[in-house]
Amino acid sequence: MASMLKAVNQVSPPLDERSKYLRRLIVRALDKGERGHIGSSMSLVEILRALYDDVLRFRPVEPKWPDRDRMILSKGHGCITLYVMLADKGFIPVETLDTFCHRDSILGGHPESNKIPGVEASTGALGHGLSIGVGMALAARMQKRDSRVFVVMGDGEINEGSVWEAALSAGKHKLSNLIAIVDYNKIQSAGPTREIQDLEPLLDKWRAFGFAAIDVDGHDLPQLRAALQSAPLERDRPTAIICHTVKGKGIPFAEHDPNWHHKAKVAPDVIAKMYAALE
Amino acid sequence: MRKTCLDCVYKLAKEDPRIVFIGSDLSPGLLSGMQKEMPERWYMEGIMEQNVVGMAAGMALEGFIPYANTIATFFTRRSYEQVAIDLCLHNLPVRLISNGGGLVYAPLGPTHLAIEDLATMRALPNMTVVAVCDADEMTRFMDVSVDWPGPIYIRLAKGGDPIVSKAENGFAIGKAIVMRRAGAHRPVVFMTTGVMTTNALKAADALKSDGVDSSVVHFHTVKPLDKSAILEHAKDARLVVTVEEGIAIGGFGSAVTDILVEEMGPAMPRMKRIALPDAFSKNYGVQNDLFDVYGLTPRQIAATVHNTLDQYKLVA
Repeated sequence: MASMLKAVNQVSPPLDERSKYLRRLIVRALDKGERGHIGSSMSLVEILRALYDDVLRFRPVEPKWPDRDRMILSKGHGCITLYVMLADKGFIPVETLDTFCHRDSILGGHPESNKIPGVEASTGALGHGLSIGVGMALAARMQKRDSRVFVVMGDGEINEGSVWEAALSAGKHKLSNLIAIVDYNKIQSAGPTREIQDLEPLLDKWRAFGFAAIDVDGHDLPQLRAALQSAPLERDRPTAIICHTVKGKGIPFAEHDPNWHHKAKVAPDVIAKMYAALE
Repeated sequence: MRKTCLDCVYKLAKEDPRIVFIGSDLSPGLLSGMQKEMPERWYMEGIMEQNVVGMAAGMALEGFIPYANTIATFFTRRSYEQVAIDLCLHNLPVRLISNGGGLVYAPLGPTHLAIEDLATMRALPNMTVVAVCDADEMTRFMDVSVDWPGPIYIRLAKGGDPIVSKAENGFAIGKAIVMRRAGAHRPVVFMTTGVMTTNALKAADALKSDGVDSSVVHFHTVKPLDKSAILEHAKDARLVVTVEEGIAIGGFGSAVTDILVEEMGPAMPRMKRIALPDAFSKNYGVQNDLFDVYGLTPRQIAATVHNTLDQYKLVA
């Protein structure tokens, strides 16, 4: 069960042009919507990029294709990154990003599955996604489909007791088609996770609940791809992939800063600086 | 009623591959026949109501129709957010078979008494709330529950409850049933739900022998509430009496009142809501003891009607 991947206390590789492009789309939605969970979205980019570019099976023209893999963004507040990936893949037009949080938009501050093609479950209240994922993974088993279910959670989110109920259940049912992913950016809304609610030893916790668990650099695409593509890591066990990330990644003045967890009405000159950082 | 309900899940599951059962650490041997015959659709999870509701939602999103079962207070209090978001916001066909509605668990005290469940469940958009009056009616309800599009809160009574429903009345979700029709002009009209229908029928017998004629209209569905039945029977009523095994705040009687106030305005009849007060129970005993504490026995219901008729000078 030892990590087959590189140790994580490393400097992440510099962002490539695609990672910068995706982040510029996030800034665009933040700007047009005049608000957004910016730090929580920026830490998530490479995780969702690796999933949508290299791992998930899906058909944008047939969002409900039964044999697709399911991806639940349980940390629903990171939705701008999900919207960017759905736009990038053609589930929704890119221009729809400009309507983020507008009155009649399909794109709200948390994602809703009855409005947005490609969104599997409405999330936002934290700690719901893993249980829904357990149900979907059991459904795939009952329907004899080989679909996998990926559930992306925040580090603050896994303070919720319901996450650990779901983890117990996933372990009991030996859900090898379920992959729990934690965006471990070390900052929750009120401050550093190690001060607000320490999660360590996090890998041991998931292992104790019956998961095969590894950690990776959540901004290192080769590492992410290797981990995500190798799931299930063990037969008859669910997988947990702890992704070490940086809150606000790519915007130097927002990185590691809890004040950038959510921002509203970001001034034009600050938006310009964000774009400049992503050139 | 509980055994009937669960037996129905097994029977329906034999006919419909979409049906799944999920229990939450209740009763050894529960639905063992189903467990043996279709183990892939029988789940017994631990004491984790939030997870049970969430995983039921996950299955329903994939086309299954989960019937989940635990104690009413645990579904309605412990996992309220999962019920609201995972089931109601997604509008999924999950059925919450909720043991011990109202005062059934009298000896176990306030932690197990589902006194506000009708109020909190009916407050949720897309939720359907059903409280049948006996086991026969449960069977008829379960048959039509399968293809109902959204979530359903199913409030169970104690079991062994007297059979008062009649097959010829059928069952349609959201449609009230007239259990007793008064012959006289301007009758007292009982509007009831769950097993309080049975108590109201007995109270109606007692009132009849005292010269007070009454109708009993049974609302097995608290939401969506049968507005036309309420208005039809309220139109000529001398007094409308609602009876429920739950708190008055936001409950069944409150829902009836809302409709009467909005639809009839000053023309609405006098009303009496018989319901639980805004308090946790201080007593134990058995369910009938708590009926007595709260004035829900047939004798007490009849006395309350007499007192109310006197109070408002409505005696014929």
